[in-house]
Formats: sequence, C-alpha cells, structure tokens
Amino acid sequence: MSVINYASREINCKIVYYGPGLGGKTTNLKKIYEKVNPSHRGELISLATDMDRTLFFDFVPVDLGTIRGFKTRFHLYTVPGQVYYNASRKLILRGVDGVIFVADSQIERLEDNIESIRNLIENLKEYNLKLGETPFVIQYNKRDLPNIAPMNQLEKLLNPLKVPSFEAVASEGIGVFSTLKEISKLVLKKLSQ
Amino acid sequence: MSYEHIDILEEDFWVLKNITSTFQKTIDARVVVLIDRSGQPIVSCGETENIDILAFSSLVAADYAATSHLAGLIGENAFATLHHQGMENNIFIQIIEDKFILAIIFKSHTPLGRVKVEALRTKENLSEIFIKITKKIEEDKTAAFPTEDVEIDNFLEDFFEDLH
Ligand SMILES: Nc1nc2c(ncn2[C@@H]2O[C@H](COP(=O)(O)OP(=O)(O)O)[C@@H](O)[C@H]2O)c(=O)[nH]1
Ligand SMILES: [Mg+2]
Repeated sequence: MSVINYASREINCKIVYYGPGLGGKTTNLKKIYEKVNPSHRGELISLATDMDRTLFFDFVPVDLGTIRGFKTRFHLYTVPGQVYYNASRKLILRGVDGVIFVADSQIERLEDNIESIRNLIENLKEYNLKLGETPFVIQYNKRDLPNIAPMNQLEKLLNPLKVPSFEAVASEGIGVFSTLKEISKLVLKKLSQ
Repeated sequence: MSYEHIDILEEDFWVLKNITSTFQKTIDARVVVLIDRSGQPIVSCGETENIDILAFSSLVAADYAATSHLAGLIGENAFATLHHQGMENNIFIQIIEDKFILAIIFKSHTPLGRVKVEALRTKENLSEIFIKITKKIEEDKTAAFPTEDVEIDNFLEDFFEDLH
C-alpha cells in the first residue's frame, strides 16, 4: 500500500518478489543491496533458516530520489517459496503495490513456476487484488544454465497477461535492475493516474 | 475500512505527530513509532537516530502479522497488544483500528502497567484521526499524485543510470 505523506513529503511503496523456492528472489535483493549506494538504501534484513533458505521474508528499503519534491522510497520484500510456507507468503502481500515474479527458467521447474503463479493469484484475492490490475512484471532467471526452457515457451506458459518480462542471471546481477526499473515505472504511473 | 493507499495530509500528520510525541514524553519512552500494517512507518519520535526505523517497522508489522495468525490458530480473533521483554529494553505493541500499529521501545525500569494504560489512551486519540483520514481517502478518489509520464521516466533514468 503506498503511503503518501504530504507533511514529510515522502512516498512509500511496497514491492514483493514472488516465485518458486530457489528461483533467485533473495539473490535479486542481495544484488540490489550490494550495488546501490549505501546512502540510497537501508540494511538488508533476512529472516532465513540456518541453511540460508528464506523462512519469512527478506527486506531492503531503497531511496530512489526526489520527484516533484517527494522523497520516493521503495520497500522491497521477498517471500519464502516453499509450498508449505503459504501463510507467510500471504502475510507479506498485505499492502503490495507491485509484484515481480522471479521464474526459474530450468525445464524441470516449469510446473513449480505455474503452481507459484496460481498461488500468487489465490493469495492476492485475500486482499481483493487481481493480478491483471496490479503492477506486475516477470523475470526469467538463471538464463546461464544449460537445461533451460526457451523464452517463447516460458512466455506462453507464464505470461498470458503479456506483462513486461526480462531475462536474468541474478547471481551475476544481470537483469536485476532492468526488472526493478520496470516495476518502479508501473507503480509510479499507477500512483499518478 | 479498505483502501489501496493512504494519504497523510499536512494537518493530519502534525496531529498524529503531536499525539505520538506527547505519549513518548509522558512515559519517557526511548522511541515511539506509528506503523501501517504493511510495514511502513508513518510517524516516529524519541531517539530515532539510534534505531533503524525502517527495519524496525517492517519487523514489527511482520511480528504482528505472524501473531495474528497464531491467534487464529487458537480460536482468537487477534491479539490487541504484544509485549517483548529484554534485559534493558522492552517493546510494547498496541494495535489501532486493525490497520495501524503503535510500537513503543521503553526502558525495563518503566512499569509495564503504566505503558499499557497510556498506550490505550493514545490509541483512542489516534483512532479518531485515522478514522478521519480513512474517510477522506474514501471520499476523494482523485489522483493523489499527479505526475507526467516523462517526468517519471526521467526520474528513473537518473536513479538507474549507473546500475546494471
Ligand atoms: N546459475 C544460477 N544460479 C542462480 C541464479 N540466481 C540465483 N541462483 C542461485 O540459486 C540458489 C537459490 O537462490 P535464492 O535467491 O536463495 O532463491 P529464492 O528461494 O528464490 O530466494 C542460490 O544458490 C543462488 O546462488 C542465476 O541466475 N543463475
Ligand atoms: Mg529466498
């Protein structure tokens, strides 16, 4: 939920990285944390297990700068991907302004991607939100691996809404910022409508 | 009450700020933060420079979200307050109108009963303002933040210029 504060002149928006477990959501946030100048971002909070699997969420706030005199801050969250953590996933979607779906491009993960999008649609319903009306982009991650599905197949299966989509190798930082830039654009444009 | 975004107008902000900071001084709390349930801080006061307010707010909201589900599991609707006790500092959390969270960091020597009573009083004052704010949002459906598309494009170009 965006919060516009006319007294402190701040805009705050919430972006959620969604997708199947091990797809690369946390890696996206880590790259953003690494590369954005510390004066433009806060600390990265990771609620993870000993095995580095996301237990509840990761969080990092990013200051994009000032537009029309308003300091614009995006709060980036990831969800845990494992099927059995659905309660946590649902909680994190509260007040979401934009969703980035991080798909795992590997052929053996096709079903998991589809299942995760279905789950996203279900969970958004809880907050009376529809995917088609929410700023939404898709990132096809792990394009560096040998066993990946071709882009047209992924698009056909995962992107019937024809939202903007990006190829990425999040572990190398490739595609991380183009994805974030696009969702930022969609969120800010929706806000100004 | 339902809405997609919240606008805090100048006049409302100062009222919220006043109520919150009066409360903070009354109980001599270290920090008081008013947080939206999705995790965004709205007002903070006290020695805020020593605490990462953004991280604190997101974790308090998550804490509350998780305990609300715990409440559901045992047949409760929600927990209206939460309390965490440390060696030197305590955290007390008071829910307001099911939408906002008043989080207080206070010294362990401050009596909890006092914090509870004052938090409840503050909650009632804040509720009134929040109901007013929500009403304004529901009545006024016009664009909250009119901006040209090219302005947004240029703004984002600036930020993402060196980030690849
Ligand atoms: N080969 C490859 N590995 C990646 C890529 N992105 C992430 N990974 C790895 O995939 C694993 C899971 O990533 P993580 O970000 O924890 O996934 P999450 O469960 O979606 O948060 C980690 O070992 C990452 O290093 C990528 O683009 N290519
Ligand atoms: Mg993760």
